[in-house]
Parts: sequence; structure tokens; C-alpha cells
Amino acid sequence: MSDLMEICNQAESKIEASVDEAALDLVRVEFLGKKGRLTDLLKGLGKLSAEERPAAGAEINKAKQQVQQAIAERKDTLAEVAIQEKLKSERIDVTLPGRNVEEGGLHPVTMVKQRIESFFKSVGYDVVEGPEIEDDYHNFEALNIPQHHPARAMHDTFYFDPNILLRTHTSPVQVRTMEQREPPFRIICPGRVYRVDSDLTHTPMFHQIEGLLIDKESSFADLKGTIVEFLQVFFEKELKVRFRPSYFPFTEPSAEVDVQCVQCAGKGCRVCSNTGWLEVMGSGMVHPRVLEYSGIDPEEYSGFAFGMGVDRFAMLRYGVDDLRLFFDNDLRFLRQFN
Amino acid sequence: MKFSEQWLREFVNPALTTDELVAQLTMAGLEVDGFEPVASEFSKVVVGEILSAEPHPNADKLRVCSVSTGAEQFQVVCGAPNARAGIKVPFALVGAKLEDFKIKKAKLRGVESFGMLCSERELGISDDHEGLMELPADVEMGADIRGVLNLNDAIIDLDLTPNRSDCLGMTGLARETGLINNLDVAELNIEPVNAAIEDTFPVTLSAGDACPRFVSRVIKGIRLDAETPLWMKEKLRRCDVRSIDPVVDVTNYIMLELGQPMHAYDLDKLSGEINVRQSTAEEQVTLLDGQEIKLESDTLLITDKSGAIGIAGIMGGLSTSVTTETTNILFEAAFFAPTSIIGKARTYGMNTDASHRFERGVDWQGQVRAMERATALLLEIAGGEAGPVSNITLEAAFPTVPVVPLRSQRVSRMLGVTIPDAEISETLQRLGFEFDLNVSDEGTSWQVTAPPHRFDIAIEADLIEEISRVFGYNNLPVRTPKTHLEMARITETALTEEQIKNQLVALGYQEAITYSFVDAKMEHLIDPTNDPISLANPLSAEMTVMRTSLWSGLLKSLIYNLNRQQQRVRLFETGLRFLQAPNQDALVMDNISQEKMLSGVICGPVRTESWNNATQDVDFFDVKGDLQSVLRLTGLEEEFSFSSGEHAALHSGQTALIQRHGSTIGVLGLLDPRVQKKLGIETAVYLFELKLSEIAPKRVPFVEKLSKYPEVRRDLAFLFDQSVDAAEIVGCVESTANETLKNLKLFDVYQGKGIDPNRKSVALGLTFQDVSRTLTDEEINVSIGEIVAALEKNLDANLRN
Repeated sequence: MSDLMEICNQAESKIEASVDEAALDLVRVEFLGKKGRLTDLLKGLGKLSAEERPAAGAEINKAKQQVQQAIAERKDTLAEVAIQEKLKSERIDVTLPGRNVEEGGLHPVTMVKQRIESFFKSVGYDVVEGPEIEDDYHNFEALNIPQHHPARAMHDTFYFDPNILLRTHTSPVQVRTMEQREPPFRIICPGRVYRVDSDLTHTPMFHQIEGLLIDKESSFADLKGTIVEFLQVFFEKELKVRFRPSYFPFTEPSAEVDVQCVQCAGKGCRVCSNTGWLEVMGSGMVHPRVLEYSGIDPEEYSGFAFGMGVDRFAMLRYGVDDLRLFFDNDLRFLRQFN
Repeated sequence: MKFSEQWLREFVNPALTTDELVAQLTMAGLEVDGFEPVASEFSKVVVGEILSAEPHPNADKLRVCSVSTGAEQFQVVCGAPNARAGIKVPFALVGAKLEDFKIKKAKLRGVESFGMLCSERELGISDDHEGLMELPADVEMGADIRGVLNLNDAIIDLDLTPNRSDCLGMTGLARETGLINNLDVAELNIEPVNAAIEDTFPVTLSAGDACPRFVSRVIKGIRLDAETPLWMKEKLRRCDVRSIDPVVDVTNYIMLELGQPMHAYDLDKLSGEINVRQSTAEEQVTLLDGQEIKLESDTLLITDKSGAIGIAGIMGGLSTSVTTETTNILFEAAFFAPTSIIGKARTYGMNTDASHRFERGVDWQGQVRAMERATALLLEIAGGEAGPVSNITLEAAFPTVPVVPLRSQRVSRMLGVTIPDAEISETLQRLGFEFDLNVSDEGTSWQVTAPPHRFDIAIEADLIEEISRVFGYNNLPVRTPKTHLEMARITETALTEEQIKNQLVALGYQEAITYSFVDAKMEHLIDPTNDPISLANPLSAEMTVMRTSLWSGLLKSLIYNLNRQQQRVRLFETGLRFLQAPNQDALVMDNISQEKMLSGVICGPVRTESWNNATQDVDFFDVKGDLQSVLRLTGLEEEFSFSSGEHAALHSGQTALIQRHGSTIGVLGLLDPRVQKKLGIETAVYLFELKLSEIAPKRVPFVEKLSKYPEVRRDLAFLFDQSVDAAEIVGCVESTANETLKNLKLFDVYQGKGIDPNRKSVALGLTFQDVSRTLTDEEINVSIGEIVAALEKNLDANLRN
């Protein structure tokens, strides 16, 4: 049986030496094919005696199986090598940038506006908008600012004619809402407002959000609570807030709201003109006359109102020092908010 | 309003630093805009007298002065043009420090100098550096200048709200300061001046409650060349008022001290009698400052026989003004009701210190006191003899003082805290309010009468504000509002503006915010068909009309960016556009349409520059694709259609009108090359604009059953005339096919080589499927046959093989 051993050894070394599937197949034919060497050995069994035949046959079959398995294993190995080669050839530079559309972005004033809206929406305020070209009645008269009232000097107004103007605040939207809705309600009114003014911190158009809550038991304490909470959630800091007596014809008592400087935390810096405080909102209890104008009984209902400049909040939040940047729409500026 | 801190402290002197005082006023609602010391830091500057001033031997412009401090004499070299013998000036001794500058013994052009004579600027008093600061002759030699001029003082700039006219004078401000600090305020001791002469001037009040009181007094024989005393000049200066002559200075001083504006006439120029009346149309007056004013009717005037001699409460007239020759005057201290003054200063473009006070309200009981005080001061300064005080008063025409009720229950409801009755009573008292107290089962109430210097107390809320202010806003409680919890009506049937914006952002658009008022020329170029609404008082020539489209602002921003090397611009904006109904005589609110639009401008490469992108510029279909992606958010895309149309600013062959339910809701297209050229833009620009409300409705999805049977796709190519639009082809197929046609895709359009130049090839992909069974080839062939026939018949199509 040394022949068998010899054949097996040769087969193994030839299998090992096959570099591809075609070479391997030739090896298979040489040993296992119809005229293969192991097949020949099986054919030669007839020459043996009946006693020797079974044992020799078994030996050859065993060898045949071994060769078959070796070929199968080699085949897998070769396939693996081939796929490895293919993968290697398909290597890319994964550090190159991806192929996509460059996304745009919202305007920073919109970002701040949406954020403020969402705070108030989460506690049940409705967002209401209104016209920007307004009549004198809704912008002034109904807000307790009669013709020639000195408070009108606080609003440098753009006029179209003596009765029609660009709203100087979003308060007329509050008036229109009070005229239409039955209390209790709470609303915020975002939008563009206009005043004849232009410098580093004033543009002739800017954005306000004003809020109004009318209910049976609303007090100055509720106003303070609402504003303090809002400022702290907006700036995401436990900032100190203070209220100063002030004057707005449509609220009484009226208060200016100062927040501890967001830049220096009250130590004093350029942003807060070294006062440690930033004047950020106006507020107050709705003037009884304003309620009456809109058909709400001030004995039954009271309410509070507040207002803020969205652009100013955006300046403070994002470190913008020139208001005019918001309206140049310079892409290099806008992209910084994407 | 600027005022001197030391002047305030003469009346009430709280133990506070300037910083603390300023903070306290601000927190009390009297907002301080800023403050500055009246002089810079300096030491060892004394009163010196120039005994002699000789020419410098080696310099034309210098003089060698001998200066005395009373005790000693010094040689000082000085370059000031007014350095001359006999004047007293601030003298900085050797060793003095002016801010960081130290005065040393020096040699100037070979002459020794011991110290320095100072100008106002060198002491930080003003910007005046014309020459030496000349001091009055009677100041004490050698005295410290800081003491002489009372320079340890600050000028405080107060920004008073219109309701606090009571603080427009030092006594009012002192009253408020006393109230905050719970301190007594020194009373001004005003003694009546006895009449030395009998003269009075006749006055008639013909304007009823516009002028219910006019106090006047004749003063004769004054010397107008008398010097206003230094203390008064300094107080005026620190309150931002220039010293003119003793009469003007005294009236200004009274206004600053008592908040009572006064006026002085040259008695010898008055004729007949003074009559306070309303103007009639076409009257004229020449005012003190030389302005000739044509008066409107209903302007309150001071008149005499010659006509108008002043606009009441605003400014006096030139014809009766006090001049250097004046020796006899008539002083006026009147009360003009705010309603008669309000708006007039603005109408005539003259906001004076007097009008500022009168239109906000002046204490209507203070005129006689003001007159006595003014008389005493003037006589002291300029001599002369005073006549008796003439007080013409129409008692019935005075403002009615309302009795305002205040309820404790209302105070606690409005403020969210219960303030004890005793504390409220005490506060009212300290405010100078008179009241009757009423305690009943329903709670305590007060019937309050405000003093005559408070014009802002009319209703209960005014009193609650006073109570809360004195209590301290920051001492009031902070609480979270309690309310009924109601769920927000968040709808799924409408898109939010936020969703629409986010879609554009995802598509690479940057949101812009542009001004609502635009350049009229630009506006006309973009939209020549609509007449824009014009502002009566625009801020600049670039902002004169309201936009009728958002394009003018967006194009301006696009140009701004192109000029800054940004080639790829994609901007969008949402906001109102303003249209007025055509051919209107006057603007009426009802005829103004203010509609919210969504607009965009696009130019430059489709994609940003990259290693694997060919640079290709954006075209019509890129932009249309973006818009369709927005429209698809509605779930109602089939309701929108695009058809070729016209727009004055757009390319005639590349303009699409966007329609919904048969009406035009927007437009999309390429900027007309002629308009583009006029704007100086070198690249193609695409624009779109549509009504936001029209893309708001959203379909709530309602699911269809999925078919279990296979779908079959057939692709067909046809030749059409060039003029046949894709929409017509799709429309024809859709109206012909039965419900088994599940999908129709127009997947290729070709014109060019191999095709009749007037024709184009269009390839359609048709997908068929039935919900209940597998379609047979025959059935599909029948459908296809019908479609082919319809296209051939209606649109002159040829099926290609």
C-alpha cells in the first residue's frame, strides 16, 4: 500500500500548491477523475484476492475522502483569498467629505423667536399674529395713548397718513385679541415692529414678542413669576432678575425688567455698561382703561402684559454686538447659526 | 434732565454715596442714564490774582505773570490770551496734581515758572480752553478752588417717564428722595417781597380752562448788566443751562428749582393789556429765537394790543423780549393746562424746557410762590423795585381734583400680597395724599385726593402703583400663575410655518430677514404693475415704500452677498407683502392687503464645490424641484399645478405660475436678463414667491389597501411637437387610463439628433396593477392601446418603436 501513501502525499502537496480554482480542478481530475490515480487504484482492486479486497478498498476510499476534503478546504481558502484581494482593490479614502447638499439654516432672530414661543406654548399661551400696517386706534388710542400724549414721543412712528401707520409694537394684536376673545386667555404676539431710529442698537425695523394673560385672579406676583421663570429658562442660568417702576400708558403698575448681565454675571462689563444689569423687558398689569376699551370688565378680570425685543435677546444669546448685522443677511454671518 | 447732586442734597441728604443714590433713584422708577463728576480730580489749586502780566523776553505768545495768593507771590509763565493784571483765576501751586499730571517748578524759554494758571478744561469743568477761567472779583484769595466752586459734586442725568412731571424740579425730586429714604425734606423759606411801587399790568384770561391762572409782577429799574452770582451760574451749568443775563438766569433757576417755567417781558415794549386767548387762523408771531411762525388755529397765545407776543407754555415772542437795554420787566408765572399745550411743541417743532413741563403738568398751586422766589432773587442780583403780585385766577376753570377710591382687597388682588392697612395709610401720607379712611365688613377703603403736583393720579390703579412702588417691586412676591389646564389644539390638518422653513433649510436655503420698506426704484423694477404704499416720513431714500413682493429685499441681499465673493446664494424669507386696492383716493385699512408670502432667490452652483461634483449652475428645474418638495409636505401635491405664464420681472420663456384650485397662488422663474443687467448682477437668478396660507392645509393620511397582485410596467416613447407641454401629456394619459394605471412617470425628454427639429421624444413609464387579481397581458394591451390612441388623436403623437 505504499503506492497509496505516495499518491496521497503527492495529492496533498499538489492541492497545497494550487493557486486558483482552475489549478485545483486539474488536481481533482488527476486524482479523483474517471481516469484519476485513486480511481485507477480502485479499478485495480479486482486483481486482489477476495480476502484482501475489502481492507484495501476501505483504505483507498478513506484516502479518496481525505483528498476530497483537502480539495474542498483548499477551495474555501482560495475563495477567501480572492475576496480579500477584491476588497483590497476596492479600498476608498473614507476621509474624503461625503456627497450631500449643504444644509441651510434659520435666521438667528427666528431661532430665538421659535424658542421663546415654545416656552410659552408649553404653558398654554396661543401665538397670535396681526397686521403690520395699523390704524392709530389700535396702535395708540385703544392702548390709552391719546393723540399728542407725551408717551407718543417714546414711539417715533412711521406714518402713511395721519391715521394709518406702521405699528410701533405688537400690542395692537393684543387689542384685536381682547376685542374678539372672551377671557380668560393667554397669548403671545410675535412680529415685526417699526420705529424711526437707526444706529448700532436701533434699526427702523425690529422684532417684538409681547405676552398677555387675562384671568380672574392674576396679579403682579404672577407677572413676576412668569418673567423670572422665562428669563431663567431662556438664558439657562439662575440669573437674578429685578423689577423697576416705570411708565407705559397701557399698564399700571408698570415695570422695567432687568436681568443680571449674561456676559459677566453682574460683575460689570462692556455689554452691561458696567452696571451688572441688562434692561430686557417692559411689563405691567393691564391698565383698567385698556380692558374697558376692549369690552372687558376690569372689576371682574385683571391681567398682565409683557414685551421684549427678540433681536435684543438674539444679540445677548449669541454675542452679536451690532443689530444691523441681522438685516444685512450676509451669508458668512448667517451660516454661523447653522 | 440733568441736575446737580449737591443741589439735591441741600434739600435732603441721605447717607448714601453717589453710586448708591443713583442706584436708588433708578430702582424707584427715576431712571438714571449716567452721571459724571463736575470737575476732574485735582488738588492744591487755589484762587490766585494776577498782579501783573509782562511780555516774555524770548516768546511772543507767553507772558510772565506775578500771581498773588494773598499770602505769597509767585512768578508764573502763562500762554493764555486773557492773562492780564487784575483778574482772579484758578492757580495750581507747585506740587498740585491735576488728574495724573503733577505741577513742578519749571523753566519756560529761560524764565522760571512756579505753578500753572488754569482753564476750565484743565480742571475738567468744561471743554473750554480759550483762556484762563476767570473767577468773580469777590472770591477769597488763596481759597481752595474745589470749595469756592463747590466742585465735589456730580451731574446726574435723569431719564424721567412722562408721568413723573412732579420730579422736573429740584423740590419735587427732593420730595421723592425723602420719600424713598423716609427722611424729612428741607422746606424752601420763601418770604413775600413787599411792593415798593404800585405798578401792575392789566391781564385778561379769555381761554377758560386752558389758562386758569396768570400771575404777573412789574419790576422796575433793574440793572441787566449785573453779574449773576457764581453759585447760581454753577447750578445752572450743572443742570445743562447756559447763563445769559440775570433775568433769564432767574427764570431758568426757578424752573429748575420749583419746576415752574416763568417768562419775563420788557415792560416798556408791552402795549395795552395782556390777553391769553386761542389763536385765530393765519396769525403770525416771531419768537425769541427769531423764528417766524404761522400759527394754526387753537394755539394758546399770549397777546397784547400789538397781537401775539408768545406761544403760551412754549416760547415767548421777540417783540417784547428782554434785551440789554431793558430796565423794566413784567414777570409771568402761569398755569397752562396740559391738554392745551400737548402736541403744540411738536406741531411747531419746538420742544422747549417749558413745553416739556407744561405738557406733562405743572403744579397749579405753585405760581405765587414761584413769583415771590423769582422776585427776591432778581432784586438781590439786579436791584430794582417790585410792584404787587397780580394774581388773575379763574377758580372755576381749574382742574377738578378727583377723589379716587382705593380698596385694600383690590390692592392685595392686584399685587398678590396683603399690605397692612396702616402701612397703606402711612404710604399715602408720605406721598402727600389726603384721604378719608373707611373700615367696613367688605374691607378697608380710602377716598384719596392727590396733591396738585401729581397729574398722574386719576383711578384706583394709579394709587395701587404708588403703593407698590413705595413697598418696593422687589419686595413683592413671585409666584407661578395657577390656571385651568387645557390641552393645546395642535392640528394635523395644517402645516406650521416652522415645518415649511425647516424643509427649505434641509434643501440648503438660508433664511433671510429683509426690511419691509424698500427703495421705490427697485420696487418699480421688480413690480411695475402694483402701486406701492408710500411712507409719509421715510428714514432714508432706500426705505420709502412698502414692499409689494419680498423680492426687492431678497435681491438686495443677494447682491450684497455676490459683492462679497459668495457665488452660491440660496435665500428665503417669509413675511408680509403690502398691496393697496388700485385707484384709491385715500388709504383705508380695509383696502390694504397684508399677506404672508414665502419667497426665495437662488443663484450659483447647484451644489457646493466638492471633490466629486462637477460645478453646474442651478437651473429652473432645480428650483422647481425644491418648491415641489415643499408642496409635497401638504400631502396635496396634486392640487398644485405649474403652467407657463408671465411676470414683469421674469424671463418670458422661463416663468411658471403656480396654481391651486384654479387660482394663481405664486410664481417661479428666471430673472429677466434686462432686469438682471439693471441690477448689475452677472449670473442667472431664479426667484419664487407664493402665498403661505395656500400651502398651509395638510392632508391627514388615510391608508389604502395594498394589492397582493404583481404590478406590470410598460415603457413607451412618443414624438410630440415641441409646443406640447409635459402637463398636457400627463393630463391626457391620466384622463384616458382606467383605475388600473397605478403610476405614470415621464422619465425622458429628448430633442436633437435623429429627430425632426420641430418634434421631441418623450418617454413614459406606465405601471399597472389591480387590487383584486393579476392583470392579463391582453387587458394591459387594451389599456395601452387606448392611451396611445388618445395621445395620437389629441396631441398629434407618434409612438416610436
